[in-house]
Amino acid sequence: MIEFDRVFFRLNGRPLLENLSLSVSHGETLVLLGRSGSGKTTTLKLINGLLTPNEGEVRVSGRSTEQWNPIRLRRSIGYVIQDGGLFPHFTVERNIALVPSIEGWDRQRIQARVREVLSIVGLNVELGSRYPSELSGGQRQRVGVARALAADPPILILDEAFSALDPITRSEMQKEFRALQERVRKAVVFVTHDLREALLLADRIALMEQGRLVVNLPVQEFSRSEHPLVRAYREAFAGPQEAR
Amino acid sequence: MDFLHFISANRQQVVELTFEHITLAGVSTLIAALVGIPLGIVITRIPSLSKPVLGSANVIQTIPSLALFGFLIPAPWIGERASRLAILALALYGLLPLIRNTYAGIRGVDPGIVEAGRAMGLTDRQLLFQVELPLASGVIVAGVRIAVVLSIGLATIAAAIGAGGLGEFIFRGLAMVNNQVILAGAVPAALLALGADFLLGLLERRLNSLRLKSS
Repeated sequence: MIEFDRVFFRLNGRPLLENLSLSVSHGETLVLLGRSGSGKTTTLKLINGLLTPNEGEVRVSGRSTEQWNPIRLRRSIGYVIQDGGLFPHFTVERNIALVPSIEGWDRQRIQARVREVLSIVGLNVELGSRYPSELSGGQRQRVGVARALAADPPILILDEAFSALDPITRSEMQKEFRALQERVRKAVVFVTHDLREALLLADRIALMEQGRLVVNLPVQEFSRSEHPLVRAYREAFAGPQEAR
Repeated sequence: MDFLHFISANRQQVVELTFEHITLAGVSTLIAALVGIPLGIVITRIPSLSKPVLGSANVIQTIPSLALFGFLIPAPWIGERASRLAILALALYGLLPLIRNTYAGIRGVDPGIVEAGRAMGLTDRQLLFQVELPLASGVIVAGVRIAVVLSIGLATIAAAIGAGGLGEFIFRGLAMVNNQVILAGAVPAALLALGADFLLGLLERRLNSLRLKSS
């Protein structure tokens, strides 16, 4: 579904990604784990063509992102960002309906789909007429996920999607997202700096550091890995976990 | 309040001149908006143009109005009729607030929201009309408001070149050294400006409430 083939990306001569190769298949959740500036968000933007590689190739559904029409590419990828990234001047309904409506779906199909995705993310259909400012943070984040799912894209990418939520809502969202992924089976790339979130959601974890991929392992092997950076992560997250 | 007697005695003419005044200010602001708003949009897309465009609009703003009327008199077609000339000059003055506010309004849209739109696969045009312009509309209307008030005020001077409007009374009163006549032009002009300012202020507040919903 998504393949990075020896990708280099530089911004004003500064290398942000070096020799990145990885792949995500249909129904798989890859978590990109790393600290700020490690290149996680850059990696996501290379998938939906907001950036293009200086060297190497990013392929989505078998085709290089540079050969895709960028508009078509992006509409086949659901994108969720922190706090939902909702349009403040649109109601919840219009936010969710945006891609289906610019794709020319008819009104009835759009309405049915809006109701469907609202219930998939566990929201009451009546929230559809509200504005984003009238929702709680958790509700906004759910709407963000619903909007990404609206046109039923085969790929979902999420950038620190749950990081702005309070711990309880966050943990709820994580569990629900896992259950959701069991049902919808998309190719998912999830960016986070939180090891616990990564362990909960991932099929594979790709750990990044300074624009390089350090390890890329299935989640069970990752938790056993003796790589020094993986151990450093485990130690950093061990404290608060024991305290709970 | 002798000028009220003067106004009621010359009701017909006051109404006529008020309409002329509204036409001068209205048409000129409309032209300024039709040029200024697209120009404001263009300079958000081609940043290298922003300095020269805003700079030129700024320079126009500094030309004294009487001088600008004078400069335009030799222009073909425009110079033939005083009202054309006045409308063009007033439109030129209205350009700066419209260009500047359109530019600032669009640049002020949360870049995260613009990027979210782009990542969802909106085309540049969809991004502009569905996201950027609606979210900038409050700031753009604030520019229209400034341009209208400016134009209503400056339109009084258009009477100096025979373009009509409430300035007629002001210049006549000045020549006759008669305050009542001056007030008969100045007071309605001031009321027009206040009224337009109030109405556009209401609209601006409504549009801004959209943008504030983002917080």
